[in-house]
Amino acid sequence: MHPIFTSIAIAGPETVLTLGSLAALMLGTFSGKGKALTVTSLFAVAILALAGFTLLDAPAGITRAFDGLYVADDFSAFLKVIILAAAAASVLLALPWLNESGSGRFEYPVLLLLATLGMTIMVSANDLLTLYVGLELAALPSYVLAAFHRQDDRSAEAGLKYFVLGALASGILLYGVTLIYGFSGSTQLDVIAGVVSGQTERSIGLLFGIVFILSGLAFKVSAVPFHMWTPDVYEGAPTPVAAFFSAAPKAAALGLLARVLVVAFPGKIAADWQQILIFIAIASMVLGAVAAVAQTNIKRLLAYSSIANIGFALVGLTPGTPAGISALLFYVTVYVAMTLGSFLVVLQLRRPDGSPVETMADFAGLSKTQPKLAAALAIFMFSLAGIPPLLGFWPKFAVFQAAIASGLIALALIGFVASVIAAFYYLRLIKIMYFDEPAVPLATEGSAVNGAMIAACALFCSPIGMLAISPLVAATARAAAALFPA
Amino acid sequence: MIGLTHYLAVSAALFVLGVFGIFLNRRNIIIILMSLELILLAVNINLVAFSAFLHQVHGQIFAMFVLTVAAGEAAIGLAILVIYFRGRGTVAVDQADLMKG
Repeated sequence: MHPIFTSIAIAGPETVLTLGSLAALMLGTFSGKGKALTVTSLFAVAILALAGFTLLDAPAGITRAFDGLYVADDFSAFLKVIILAAAAASVLLALPWLNESGSGRFEYPVLLLLATLGMTIMVSANDLLTLYVGLELAALPSYVLAAFHRQDDRSAEAGLKYFVLGALASGILLYGVTLIYGFSGSTQLDVIAGVVSGQTERSIGLLFGIVFILSGLAFKVSAVPFHMWTPDVYEGAPTPVAAFFSAAPKAAALGLLARVLVVAFPGKIAADWQQILIFIAIASMVLGAVAAVAQTNIKRLLAYSSIANIGFALVGLTPGTPAGISALLFYVTVYVAMTLGSFLVVLQLRRPDGSPVETMADFAGLSKTQPKLAAALAIFMFSLAGIPPLLGFWPKFAVFQAAIASGLIALALIGFVASVIAAFYYLRLIKIMYFDEPAVPLATEGSAVNGAMIAACALFCSPIGMLAISPLVAATARAAAALFPA
Repeated sequence: MIGLTHYLAVSAALFVLGVFGIFLNRRNIIIILMSLELILLAVNINLVAFSAFLHQVHGQIFAMFVLTVAAGEAAIGLAILVIYFRGRGTVAVDQADLMKG
């Protein structure tokens, strides 16, 4: 068989997503006006499930395809499962919102499928070229999604800001890619690793390249000092889109960051990128915690919460050890469930006049008007704050443990302090829900699918979720080991 | 004789011009789009110069990909700019302040 067919078979999820997104576009165009959105959304979920299904019979071990441009291993498979699940949830959770907003345009699931395709390419990238193409394929539909509610000035402005800053970040990243290519003579990650470990003295050109690449990727994961877009985009973009942005792209970009740093720059040069990561992680944790205290808008609050959480996840990446990467993957999994759950609750609530909730004051007395949703949101907030019996505590514990095991005690201590500060605003929301007098009685939007997803996320984040820890940790350890071939 | 260093210097200058064009410009969003193109141009000069210096074709292939993606990026950027202009009636940078904090 010609090698291209073998390669296409190895890149199964990507192939399914490519053909599926094109088919979804056709399906949306040619199905009737009234039901195009529902049909296309359900089709998109089926495509995402099929892409996940192709992961099942992927060969064990590390398989390269397309002359080493693409790699399929346990690490990419683990992240792809998270990305596909988060994307499927994002398609489903948007349905009631899109139907309500009147237009009911079917492009939403199509754009989301294309962005997901980009993310799956990102986590399988074994070459700087694949990295760039995957990143852009994930980013371009995201700009459109941010501006999806085009009649709304804030949505258009969010799209514009996201586009300008995102394009700048990919320009910076590309400049770093050119420097690494020029000073190592290759764009393939394992070849770069060979060149880097053969060098006796530090190459300034490569170091500049790493700094530029880290800046570009820090933007994609919204880490400080490249976080400025996050609160504005989350606030302005439609809520389902903000929910999507907070989950799947973060997992993809963190996975990409881990693979680039660990695979391409091992050995002595690791000490150099570790310093940068330590700074980024501390700045994200502290700023995410402190700046959120002053927020009144719930979506901005969740934006700062996601900045802080990325900081904690980066603590796991900083040591660059198998234990650290495993903790990072554990953190990402639990974070995706917590953030999707929080956004789902926000999406589910409506003011009496039918408008969506915006400010934290709207949540006053929620425990009396909507006790179930209040309980679910309380679980997510306690879990995000890292209160022990809930699941959110364990990944935090794992990343700090990995950092301390590598001697990064100061980093773990600062992270601990930041998580105490962050607990303040999570607990404040719980106080507003449970102890304040109800201002306006909130109604639920009443979608059964979203209700079921909230229940599933809440169950996962509750102490019952601890049953999932041991299989999850075994899977993350296996995935992390794929980055460190013996 | 024009060597690799000269190309890298030109490219670095273009890159810095592009970045400053984005941050120092307060008037017009179209200028930001032009600055973004300038950054990608700097990247392409770098890639082609390195490719010639290393006697490899990889850099030039990469430059083709960058050109293609840049075209898509500009199309999406202009489309978003058009819907922004429809709503606000202006493309001034300092008017884009509906969200703050």
